[in-house]
Amino acid sequence: MTDQAQILPGTLDLLILKAVSLGPLHGYGVLLRIGQISGRALLIEQGALYPALFRLVRQGLLTASWGTSENNRRAKFYELTATGRKRLREETDGWNRLAAAIGSALAAQPEEV
Amino acid sequence: MRFLAYLRSLGGKFLHSSSLSDEMEEELASHMQHRADDLEGSGLDRAEAERRARIEFGGQQRFKEECHEALGGNLIEGLVNDVRHSLRSLRKSPGFTFAAVATLALAIGANAVVFSVMNAFLLRPLEVPHADSLYALWRSEAGDAHMSYPDYLDLQNRNRTFDGLVAFNMTEAGLTAGDNPTPVWVYETSGNYFDALRLQPYLGHFFHGSDEHGANSAPYAVLTYPTFHTRFHDDPGVIGRTVQINKHPFTIIGVAPPDFHGTILFFSPDLFVPIVDQEQVEGQNLLNARNNRWVFMVMGHPKAGITKAQAVADLNSISTYLAQAYSQDDGKTTLTLARPSLYGDYLGRPVRAFMSALMMLAGLILLAACANLGSLFAARAADRSREVALRLALGSSRRRILRSLFTEAVLISIVGGAVGLLGSVMLLHALSAWQPFPRWPIHLGVNPDANVYILALLLSLVSGFLFGAVPVRQILRTNPYEVVKAGASGVIAGSAGKRLSVRDLLLVVQIAICAVLVTSSLVAVRGLMRSLHNDFGFDSQNTLMVETDLSLANYKAQDVPAMQKRMIEALAAIPGVESVGVADGIPLAEGQGDSNVFTDQTADLRPSNVAADANMYKISPDCLRAAGTVLLAGRSLTWHDDQSAPRVAIVNQEFARRLFGSTEKAVGGYFKMPDGMRIQVVGVVEQGKYGSLTEDPQTAMFLPILQWPSSHTWLVMRSQRDPQQLGPTVRAALHRLDAALPLYVETRYQAMDLVLFGPRMATISLGVLGVMGAILSITGIFGMAAYTVSRRVRELGIRIALGAPRKGVLQAALGRSVKLLAFGSTAGLLLGILASRVLGFIVYQATPRDPLVLAGVVLAMSLLGLLATWIPAQRALRIDPLVLLREE
Repeated sequence: MTDQAQILPGTLDLLILKAVSLGPLHGYGVLLRIGQISGRALLIEQGALYPALFRLVRQGLLTASWGTSENNRRAKFYELTATGRKRLREETDGWNRLAAAIGSALAAQPEEV
Repeated sequence: MRFLAYLRSLGGKFLHSSSLSDEMEEELASHMQHRADDLEGSGLDRAEAERRARIEFGGQQRFKEECHEALGGNLIEGLVNDVRHSLRSLRKSPGFTFAAVATLALAIGANAVVFSVMNAFLLRPLEVPHADSLYALWRSEAGDAHMSYPDYLDLQNRNRTFDGLVAFNMTEAGLTAGDNPTPVWVYETSGNYFDALRLQPYLGHFFHGSDEHGANSAPYAVLTYPTFHTRFHDDPGVIGRTVQINKHPFTIIGVAPPDFHGTILFFSPDLFVPIVDQEQVEGQNLLNARNNRWVFMVMGHPKAGITKAQAVADLNSISTYLAQAYSQDDGKTTLTLARPSLYGDYLGRPVRAFMSALMMLAGLILLAACANLGSLFAARAADRSREVALRLALGSSRRRILRSLFTEAVLISIVGGAVGLLGSVMLLHALSAWQPFPRWPIHLGVNPDANVYILALLLSLVSGFLFGAVPVRQILRTNPYEVVKAGASGVIAGSAGKRLSVRDLLLVVQIAICAVLVTSSLVAVRGLMRSLHNDFGFDSQNTLMVETDLSLANYKAQDVPAMQKRMIEALAAIPGVESVGVADGIPLAEGQGDSNVFTDQTADLRPSNVAADANMYKISPDCLRAAGTVLLAGRSLTWHDDQSAPRVAIVNQEFARRLFGSTEKAVGGYFKMPDGMRIQVVGVVEQGKYGSLTEDPQTAMFLPILQWPSSHTWLVMRSQRDPQQLGPTVRAALHRLDAALPLYVETRYQAMDLVLFGPRMATISLGVLGVMGAILSITGIFGMAAYTVSRRVRELGIRIALGAPRKGVLQAALGRSVKLLAFGSTAGLLLGILASRVLGFIVYQATPRDPLVLAGVVLAMSLLGLLATWIPAQRALRIDPLVLLREE
């Protein structure tokens, strides 16, 4: 488990939006997808996913509907709304800017100061 | 739009709250199933896979709660959840819940009752439109509102600042409406009364100023609603009907509004007649007597834009004019404006003082109850420290725990408040229906209104937060790891070692407050007891009184003395009756007369030269003996002191002292009445109480009833026989003389009902508060002691096992409680002694520096302590170390 990193606070929403943007998913599916796209590098507490999902639904970024999963079980599927798509774009840009800034800050050498 | 959607989701959530929970449940279950599927795929058996899935998922309940919060509307949702949780945890400790609710119900109920009474007496105005601008004309020097009718007319006609001044007087009359005459209470009012008060009739119409055309010119009567309702059975046909008032025909023309009870609190009349008909109603015409101030009160609304000061200046310019123009009759009088409802300061001041004192005490009760509940809550929180620690360890936030704690406190306070309010409403309805004196139209309209409900709710909430706040610090400091490691009792043992905990302090405060209440009630009870066995100037035992008015039975003035003499003879003939007398009024009862008197040397008999305003009783020869009033000097009256004999009087000590210097000098001396009549003093009697129990020495004179005939008749009888048994005999004997005679037979104490009403009410209310204080201190001490014992069972068990003597065990178990009790009681007693000064205003001879009271308080508090620690002490002594060891 040491190779998995705790996710930064506030990034779970972004990850969920990204995961769902690749196609409708149920809760467990979101978890698997995040694992998949992050190369199993990020650790998400399973139960903690749901408050986040509910929050995103309430903010109108996701919609939910019941359906049948690939295991032939009843499950609630989440889909990105238009607002959600827009938010994902914004947050992705924001994240990239932040990551770039922190990256360049950390790469700074003594002679550059 | 967003907000609307939010609202909809909120509403939807409420409506489908349970289905939402189900859905959430299903979703989480589905998640775990999927996870279990994957785990099963990796080679685990199904049961193991599901178990693992559940473990991996984490605290389901916590996530569900977080989901609910994430869904929004968590405030209400959370509240509902908190309430549900609190109800559950309260159900688990019914004893605690019951004690808390009962304590609070008592305290809130007491406050609601006291406040309702205060609200009804002091805050709620009279039931007339614009009552806030209605003022009575108050005579500062005399300290009353009495006026003569001519003076009223001058004030009414000459003032330029009032929208009409009205006058009214209260009297009793016999009403005949088809059946036998029954006594009714009548307001004689000026014609403009209803118009100037801006009242509208419920039925028919009112009489007006224009109906007055001199004496007996307006034979109209207006009924009050209760009379219309009970006596005329809501029959609208009563309008236009002619009834007899003291044998004179009056036409009923209207019914007053249902909530109008006259223009002074407590005294509700049965009907209204124009004041110009005084002669027909009272049998005498004083409309032109400027020196007779028989009009009870004059009042009015100042005109719009007129200030109080302008109105007062206007009135006093008229008053000055009257004093100059009629110097024989009118002295210098300064008029001010006063509130009519409690007769200015006359009733207003004592009622205000008493109600404020009572409200303060009721507040103290609530404070004591809060302290009580606070320590109960603190104890409970300590008991639950394990639960709190567990919840903290499992990830609940302190805020969440505090919130549920406050929910619990507020829940209890609201339930307690509701129960208390319910009880107080029942009590208040009973009080409102109660007629303390069957003889008098006195009602205490104290039904609660919105103010009362709001106050009760506010008090509940405030006290809930007050006692809920006590354990907050305790919870904020809880360290889950320590608690779980040490176990609950370890933590308590640690905190019990402190010198003084919040709980101890609360207990001391509470006991001190209760001791104040107990002290006050004992002081009041003792004061009343003393005032009942005081020297009234007559013998209150073995005396029976009969009150009647011969004018109500239509006796002509010239027949009255003969009839009175026959009544005396009839009663004197009853076996066991020692002596009988007649008087027109008796001390410490209602309806007494008074008159200015002057020294014999005074030539100018104007009011400013008056020597005294003496209480005046017209009595038959044997009356003083029958009343048990001791003659100190001179002779008593005889039947020869009649119209043809020289005018004589017996006076009391204060009269003798003030007019003649001493008792000895008074006998044989003369004094003058306002009309110049010279009266010789033939005897002096002991000083008594005349108007009230608390008065300073008053002057009084007793005149022969044959020289001063009066139809109002009090028969005073001295007999060793049981009054219960004597009463019917007396009634029968008098009805043999005249079957239509309206009679009131009562003991001397009953005749004093009105005078004793205040002290009695004060004593009852203070007594009740004292008992409540006592109950609160019992529960408080009991709670504390029982709690201490239960927390230290193990320690006490060890002590017993090691052979500690019973005394030692008790000391270890209860020493602290007893010490706190002693400390609190002492503080309370000292405070009570200070507070009792306030009681001195109301309760006669209320002095806390009474060894009996002090001993009583000490005894009461010790008894309470004993009572409250008895059960815990028994429990401490019965601890069986063997059982304890086994339990461990």
